Amino acid sequence: MLQIKNLHASVEDKSILKGINLEVKAGEVHAIMGPNGSGKSTLASVIAGKEEYEVTDGTILLEGEDIDELAAEERAHKGVFLSFQYPVEIPGVSVTNFIKTAINETRKSKGLEEMPAKEMLQLIREKAELLEIDRKFLSRSLNEGFSGGEKKRNEIFQMAMLEPKLAILDETDSGLDIDALRIVANGVNKLKSKDNAVIVITHYQRLLDHIVPDFVHVLYNGRIVKSGGKELAHELEEKGYDWIKEEVNA
Amino acid sequence: MSKYTEDDLREELKTKEYEYGFFTDIESETFPIGLNEDIVRAISKKKNEPEWMTAWRLEAFKVWQAMEEPDWANVNYTKPDFQAIAYYSAPVAVDPNKTLDDVDPDLLAMYKKLGISVDEQKKMNNVAMDIVVDSVSVATTFKKTLAEKGIIFMPISEAIQEHPELVRKYIGTIVPTTDNFYAALNSAVFSDGSFCYIPKGVKCPMELSTYFRINQGGTGQFERTLLVADQGSYVSYLEGCTAPSRDENQLHAAVVELIALDDAEIKYSTVQNWYPGNAEGKGGVYNFVTKRGLCEKNAKISWTQVETGSAVTWKYPSCILKGDNSVGEFYSIAVTNNHQQADTGTKMIHLGKNTRSTIISKGISAGKSQNSYRGLVQINSRADNARNFSQCDSLLMGNDCGAHTFPYIEAKNKTAQIEHEATTSKIGEDQIFYCNQRGIDTEKAIALIVNGFSKEVLNKLPMEFAIEAQKLLEISLEGSVG
Repeated sequence: MLQIKNLHASVEDKSILKGINLEVKAGEVHAIMGPNGSGKSTLASVIAGKEEYEVTDGTILLEGEDIDELAAEERAHKGVFLSFQYPVEIPGVSVTNFIKTAINETRKSKGLEEMPAKEMLQLIREKAELLEIDRKFLSRSLNEGFSGGEKKRNEIFQMAMLEPKLAILDETDSGLDIDALRIVANGVNKLKSKDNAVIVITHYQRLLDHIVPDFVHVLYNGRIVKSGGKELAHELEEKGYDWIKEEVNA
Repeated sequence: MSKYTEDDLREELKTKEYEYGFFTDIESETFPIGLNEDIVRAISKKKNEPEWMTAWRLEAFKVWQAMEEPDWANVNYTKPDFQAIAYYSAPVAVDPNKTLDDVDPDLLAMYKKLGISVDEQKKMNNVAMDIVVDSVSVATTFKKTLAEKGIIFMPISEAIQEHPELVRKYIGTIVPTTDNFYAALNSAVFSDGSFCYIPKGVKCPMELSTYFRINQGGTGQFERTLLVADQGSYVSYLEGCTAPSRDENQLHAAVVELIALDDAEIKYSTVQNWYPGNAEGKGGVYNFVTKRGLCEKNAKISWTQVETGSAVTWKYPSCILKGDNSVGEFYSIAVTNNHQQADTGTKMIHLGKNTRSTIISKGISAGKSQNSYRGLVQINSRADNARNFSQCDSLLMGNDCGAHTFPYIEAKNKTAQIEHEATTSKIGEDQIFYCNQRGIDTEKAIALIVNGFSKEVLNKLPMEFAIEAQKLLEISLEGSVG
């Protein structure tokens, strides 16, 4: 699904990613953990194609295709989805109108007709139910005045609607209370299949109790310095990151 | 009506240039350039006007000669040479008693290009239309249906002949000839426009619409609209404008007067799309317009405007809230791109008790344009419990454009409640990236954000107009992303 080889990236000439290697296969869940400023969100943005980030070396392959030259929307059309850590507000544009536009733009890129209104409505209903989203919520302006939990739930709702191949969840657990966390995690778990993959970026173990990873990677200073199974997350929760830093610096 | 999706919209947007920029070669009669008493008399004579009308024009001309062109607006342009303009131009084949069948086929072909099929309008949209090309009105539809209700909707030149008592009673009462430079000029030389009268207690069953078109080069367009809603009546009126693309600047100086008598309601919507000039700022229409309405007791006037065209816009649709409990509303979207300049807003003059006004203004600036909101809220000493709410939002795209807000408030009554809110925002790279990440490309993202920003005003437009307006917003801003 996703192969990242020797990825170096910088923003405003400041080098942030310094040689990332990562392979994510279909059907897998990978967790990326690490202290603040280690480059986790940068990695997510670079995969999604944010323009401010310059890839200075290495490659990103999605299903074998080099996506480095593709614009963010083209990567989205190919099935890359990023659940934002800080989703932006778009006043006056309803959740429904936004997701409708996103779906139809993606379909258009594949030469498909617009999704018929009836089908769209049914899909919205089904996915809203999955994430326990109230109908009224869907007519509100995108992220405007949303609580932290509503914003994150809305991100996962969009993910459910777009059915991506590769979903990257950037700190989706931050700002969620325990009930919202359960709902969001349930949603993600139901959307998981053998044909798609999920990368979960998080500081904490607690989300990984609900979305159980196959692999856990520790990102530190722009590199993946340790990889392991789900037990690595527990270890980090217990001992913090200092021992990793010491290991690396030793 | 059938559902119009945003994709249909997209489809229609393949042309980026001003799509109404064609010129139709119709045989026209155009007066020689220049302005003097003889020209004013000649226009009046051409229209076969009664003595009082000629005298009124001449008076206005005298006033105008003594006036100076105002320069307080936040716009820069070379002042027009008023002696280099032709003040009357008319397609020749117009017979005042024509039916649609008699209309010059070239004219009909032009309407088609404009997207107006007069017949279709008749059948589908339930919109009665008056079309003004250059200086004269060429087609009014639905006259008969309206006449059954006692509604008068006709070119003002005809109304002067057929209903002189009504025209004489109201013309110039809201915008007097002495009001301002352009209003005085218009009063002297206006050649056509629409007249509308809704009798007591009648709810006009359809939208009334006038379509203005400047066709000939080197001419000015000075139309005059007079709309009287008698007691307890209701009317919704739409106005649209286009012009060919030309290198020189064309002058448009219109006057619109609305009178809402006791308990009457007038909704007046405008989609203004005069040629804005090219990307380098050459050409384009100078749009200097005076629009004002008077509300008697319990009456209501709503102005809704979508301003996307013109090189320079100077326009303040206003309400005089004379009657107790009367209501004035102003909803505006003004878009400027490239080198366009707009100085637009409203005046709400509260004279009566318990009068209320609402102002929602949305300015969108892109390119190297300048966009100003200028508004006055005036509460008279006798206007007890008057209320006003104003909201002025500006959206900036890029770093070379400007947004300005000039709100004036004069309150002479302690019971007045006045609220003013203003915001300025910029379309952020984060917003664009968020949309991109969901598969929405940058142009579409901007259209989405702009439509969201303008929604409160777009919602006030009648359905057909809202779609047209949405389209216009997209066209006006295409290519404005750096």
